[in-house]
Order: sequence, then structure tokens, then C-alpha cells
Amino acid sequence: MRPTSEAELSEIIRSAGPVQIRGGGTRQIGRSTAAVLQTAGLSGVELYEPGALTLVAKAGTPVAEVQALLATERQRLAFEVPDLRRLLARDGVSTLGGVVAANASGPRRVQVGACRDALLGVRFVDGLGCVVKNGGRVMKNVTGYDLVKLMAGSHGSLGVLTEVSFKVQAIAEAEITLTADLPLAEGLAALRKALGSPYDISGAAWAAGRAMIRLEGMAGSVAYRAGQLRAFLGFHEAAADWAALRDVTAFADKPGAVWRLSLKPTEAARIVEHLGLEAICDWGGGLIWLLDPTGAADVRGAVAGIGHATLMRPLPGMAAVPVFPPEPAAVAALTAGLRAKFDPRGIFNPGMMA
Amino acid sequence: MQMPIPNANVLARKATIAARLRAVLPGDAVITDPAETRAYECDALTAYACAPLAAVLPRSTAEVAAVLKICHEEGVPVVPRGSGTSLAGGALPTADCVVLGVARMHAVLETDYDNRFIRVQSGRTNLSVTGAVEADGWFYAPDPSSQLACAIAGNIAMNSGGAHCLKYGVTTNNLLGVTLVQMDGTVVELGGPWLDAGGMDLLGVVTEATLRILPKPEGARPVLVGFNSNEVAGTCVSDIIKAGILPVAIEFMDRPCIRATEAFAKAGYPDCESLLIIEVEGSPAEIDEQLARIKAIAMTHNPVEFREAADEDQARRIWLGRKSAFGAMGQINDYMCLDGTIPVSALPFVLRRIGEMSQDFGLDVGNVFHAGDGNMHPLILFNANKPGDLQLCEAFGAEILKLCVEVGGCLTGEHGVGIEKRDLMTVQFNPTDLEAQLRVKDVFDPKWLLNPAKVFPLEATASRRAV
Repeated sequence: MRPTSEAELSEIIRSAGPVQIRGGGTRQIGRSTAAVLQTAGLSGVELYEPGALTLVAKAGTPVAEVQALLATERQRLAFEVPDLRRLLARDGVSTLGGVVAANASGPRRVQVGACRDALLGVRFVDGLGCVVKNGGRVMKNVTGYDLVKLMAGSHGSLGVLTEVSFKVQAIAEAEITLTADLPLAEGLAALRKALGSPYDISGAAWAAGRAMIRLEGMAGSVAYRAGQLRAFLGFHEAAADWAALRDVTAFADKPGAVWRLSLKPTEAARIVEHLGLEAICDWGGGLIWLLDPTGAADVRGAVAGIGHATLMRPLPGMAAVPVFPPEPAAVAALTAGLRAKFDPRGIFNPGMMA
Repeated sequence: MQMPIPNANVLARKATIAARLRAVLPGDAVITDPAETRAYECDALTAYACAPLAAVLPRSTAEVAAVLKICHEEGVPVVPRGSGTSLAGGALPTADCVVLGVARMHAVLETDYDNRFIRVQSGRTNLSVTGAVEADGWFYAPDPSSQLACAIAGNIAMNSGGAHCLKYGVTTNNLLGVTLVQMDGTVVELGGPWLDAGGMDLLGVVTEATLRILPKPEGARPVLVGFNSNEVAGTCVSDIIKAGILPVAIEFMDRPCIRATEAFAKAGYPDCESLLIIEVEGSPAEIDEQLARIKAIAMTHNPVEFREAADEDQARRIWLGRKSAFGAMGQINDYMCLDGTIPVSALPFVLRRIGEMSQDFGLDVGNVFHAGDGNMHPLILFNANKPGDLQLCEAFGAEILKLCVEVGGCLTGEHGVGIEKRDLMTVQFNPTDLEAQLRVKDVFDPKWLLNPAKVFPLEATASRRAV
């Protein structure tokens, strides 16, 4: 199934059985065997106003096409879309809808927020084939309930996105990375110190024994802040590959299960040391990627009560391990209630988030 | 403004309901004396008022849960109330409801600079959240104009903004987690002090909130730019944004507003068609760098004035008129403050249309708003003592908000729908769009007892509220 218009998609859904919704299939996680419903046919930028920092596009529009268009005006998607194709051994073309469905967000999260913070509006088709719009194309909008943030990160369980609107940002004219070779605990402590300073950090990560801090903005400002931080932390200026960090390419060619943890930054070092696994830390320690060569580590047990863990790349023997973090009963009841309302026939991504 | 007919069955059982509430709360936390419940008859939308059946002032999540459980069992509607500063009637009671005020829940529960969050009880005022961390060099970013009085609970329910959201975002962008009590008394924890919390849609009473805090910038400085055309001022805003500069605030005032504030506050503003106040942050050198760029852009549009602030006092004077704008308009007459948002590119057209409509309706209007994000605050002047003037003013306001939707914007940017814009929701949303929102409420509050007469047109929710 590959509709080329919202009307056709709505028609298909009215009579469809279970489907798994797929943009480019580059970042889909979870388990589903249902028939594939492709959204790549719903493609094209519908509105771009550089002076208002606004972009509206159909959900199947390739991310690369949007980035190329934004670059002509020296703008970009602020939240740095991760490209997980190497890590997950996928090919295909990443789409805006897939990015929203996964709320996929990169290192700049610590400064500008996640995908959902840049998402201004959505159109989607619910499980009965009805077309719903929510939000819009303006930055401040509190008209009615906010279904925009509900759709971000809902992994296609509530509807099929057909159109998304974003707030975009200017590409920074200057960028400097400061680094220091430090063990994990000390490295993360330095990152927290930097994030607690007024110097507007746009990246704070630790990987392979090195702590890295990114500064972006106007040339004079970046130079000033880098100077202050160098004195303050003892870091030095060096080249760094933030795209590789964002895409977790260090784990791409290494066998093993890959976990993605979200927790309080101060818990990061303790958890990593406790589990004894290779780790990449982003967001000042708030995001941890773990490589578990055997798939036997009790990662969920380790983060219970202090955060959550998603199994991004399971090993074949891990079929019994849920991919998505289990929810407490009261939250699970709300999730199930919302799914029953938006998809009463239970056709969207059945089993995927189980 | 139409409100649902009070449930006679609930009114008749007032004594029983009050007794049950007194059994779970301290004696002074349940208010039923009609002389005292009048204190809760309205919020900042004072045109409408109705004393509730009772008001309760719980101190903890457990007490809130106990109150809601009783009201759920008794079929009593509940209207949550933060500080009652809503301009949209969000906390307007009905005669058969219990107002649940969170004012006594104002404690700071946890402050964690390492992890950059603060956890507070939801009745804490917006400004006092910053107050709790300021001495250590931190702040909470959303800054609605009512921040001295308004509660975090109301900020979350409305998703409040403020003058500085161009850079820092609105409440949801700064909210990490909540403790939420559902109408049946179930307590749910959503999100938490880690970043990847799920999308939150708040359909219960928030009792505790985990908020993102930020290190304070080294400094801030405004400039004032005057133009003789709204069109040119609008283009200047676009050009600044397109150039990649992100000021923390770009405020816009039009001529009627400039004249009114000059007469009132004497800030020394130029007498021109439109005026921008642009504020940037950073170290002194960073501020100089940004302002130099802004000046270069502004100068290409031949402003009638470009005023820089050499010191604190001059900076204060630049903000003085803007900050007294509402008071200045209020001195001329009663006013209604609107809150539509428009795409920035539609600014000149919308201002021209508002001017024309002002003539048609025979009511004066001044515009003061957050130009960087298109959030307008037209202030319509009217005389509350003149029969028919309020209705005329409301009709004019409705036309302006319809215009905002027509040009691609929305009915409300930061004040919320409440009752004020409830009946205009069909202008922005078709029945399917509305139904999708109602379904969410069905999940959180199946009996439709929690603030049931707000946000959605009454006819759209009648069948649900009847259950």
C-alpha cells in the first residue's frame, strides 16, 4: 500500500486490516509483522517562510530534501535528526513523518529541545480514516488540546501522519568544540559544570574516553564563550565529529544489542559502571547508548525508578525482551485508552509497542 | 456567555457533599459559606461571575486525590484554580461545582542544578520558581505578564508563554514531568527529571511539576526602533530573523498604543506609526555584536529613530512604555485584551484590517504584541457602563480572531480558550478535529466532570456532559 494523497490514504485505512506504517524504514523499532503501509508517496514541501522560521511539508517528504531546501536560506532543523541507518543496518530514505513518529532528536537537544519542541502542527489520519488537524504553523498556539506533542513519539500507534509543520533555525555562522581526555565520571562532571554555566552549550557528550562541548553562534560570541570555558574547565579546542556521535556510528560495526537510556545525568556514570558495558553519553549524560555484546545485561533493572531504556537493536535471542520501556499501570491504562479512541479497530502497528 | 444549567441534584446535596469533603480535609480547607465562596466567583475575566457550591484548598497530592474521588462518586463537577489570573475564564465556576484551589500547595520539593531541574508543588507562583534559584544564578524561562501572581498549575493548564518565548519556548517546552491526579482520584506520574518523557496532555489536576531551569545569561540589553509604517516594521522583524539573529524578545507597539503609553508613562517614545523593542542577551561584547547586526539591518529600512541604551536607566526607560501599555490603555477606558497569533508575514495586512474594523465598529483599538512569534495582543477599548458596549466589543474581538485564523494563525497564542473563545473553536477546527480532542478528554475524564464547560462549544460536548 502506497497512497499518493491524503484522501487515498483515508480510503485505504477505512477498509484496511492491520498495517505497519513506514516512512523510509530507516529508524523503525519494535516488532510488527503486519502489511506495510508506505507514506513516501505523500511527499513535498508545501510552505517555507524563512523570515518566519516556518516550514510545512507532507509527512513522506525526505529529510534530505528538506535539509537541502533549508540550507539555501542558511537554515536547518534545530534538533539535528539522527541518521540511524548504519547502526540499525537499514537502507532507505528517512522521512519527516518517521522523524516525528520517533521524536528523533540529536545532541542539540540540551539547548533547543527535541523534535517535538520544534513541531508546530500535524495532520493525520486516524484508525477510522478520519483526517484530523491540530496545531498550525505559528510558534505560539494554545487553541484546544495539544495533539501535536501527543503525536510526536507515538510511533504510529495513534494515526498516520500526513503533514507536519516545523519551527526551523538559522545555521550558526561559527562552531567550536572543546574537548578533554577524561574518564567517564570526571568527564560527565565537567559537562554538567559547562551546562550550568551561562555559555549556552549546544552539545555536551562523552565517548571513547573524551568529553566534548560544542559552542555555536556568531563568531565573536563563540570565541568569547570558548575562551571563558577553556579557562573554567581546562578543555582545549579540537575537531570533533558530532554527526558520528548523533548517529552512534561507533556501535554500527560492532556486534551486540544496543540500548538507549534516558535518565538523570548524575546517574549516568554509576549506571554505566554498574553494567560494565561500552557506553556513549550525550545530553550531558541524560542520554546513554550502551553496547551489550551478549544481550544478557539487566539494563531495565538498572534504570528502574531513575529513567527508562529502549532496546534499539536486539540480538536474535532477545525476542522476549520488550523493545519499548514498560509503563506503570496507571500510565499504561491511559495509553491503552488513547489507542482505543484513535484506533478503535487496533490496526496501527499492532504489537509494535508491546 | 452561556453556561450549563446547574445540576439540581448536586445543589440539593450540598450539605452531604460538604460533610464528605470536611472528612478528608482540615476544617479551614473547605469553604461553603456563600459570603466566602464569592471570592472564587471569577478569574481575571471579570465580566462573568458565578459563586461555586464550595471551594477546597488541599495541601497535598493525597488530599487532592481524596477530594476528586469524592466529587467523582457524587457526580460533582470540579473547576481547578491556580491563582485565578486567567484572562479567558478558565477558572470560572458553575453553581454546582467545587473549585479546587492549589494556592496552599506552594512548596519547593527539590532543586537540582546538576540535573538542571526544580520540582515544585503546582500552586507555587511563576516568579517565585525563579526566586527559589535566582541567588544561585538560575531562572525558570516562561514569563507570562502575570508572573508575579500566576501559579505553575495554571501555566501548565493554559500552556502559558510570555515575552521571552521567542528564544526559550512556552511552558510545555520547559516542563519535564508532572504528578497528575485524574478525576477518579488515580495519581499518575508522567515524565520526570530525565529528558525523554512522553507527550503530555493535561487532563487532570497537576499537583507537582518538574520544571527545566536554565543558568542566567550574563546580561541583557534592549534597543528601540521607530518606523513610520507597520509594513516596514514587519519587514524589519523578518529580516532580523532571516539574518540568523535570535533576540530573546521583539515587542511591537502601534501608534494608538504609543500615544496612550506616552500620555501615561512618559517614557519618551518617538511619535511614530510603529515601534519595536528588541532585546538581546549575553556578555557585553556579545550584546554589542548582536546589536550591531540588528542596527545594520534596521538602518536599511530608514527608521525614524534607533535608540540604544547606554546604561541601566536608559534600558529601563526603553521597556517602561511597553510594560505600562496595559495600564495606560486601562486609564483611557475599559479594555478587552485579545491573544490571536498570525504568521509574521501577515502582520501589515492584519494591522490594516484591524484599523478598518475599528472604524466599522466605532471602537478604538491599540496593538501591542510579541512580533517575533506573531502573537498579537489587540486591546479594544469600550465602556463597561454603556449598555451594549461589551457585546459590541466581543463581536469586534471575534472578528479579529477569525481574521487571525483566516491568514493562517490561531485564536489564542498564550491566554487559552477558557470560555472566552469557546464558541469560536469551530472557526479553527472542523467537527472531526474537535472530536479528536474530545476523545482525549474521554480517556482522562470519562464522566466529563473536570472543568466540563470550558474550551469546547457547549453543543459539541452536550451529549458527553449529560452522561
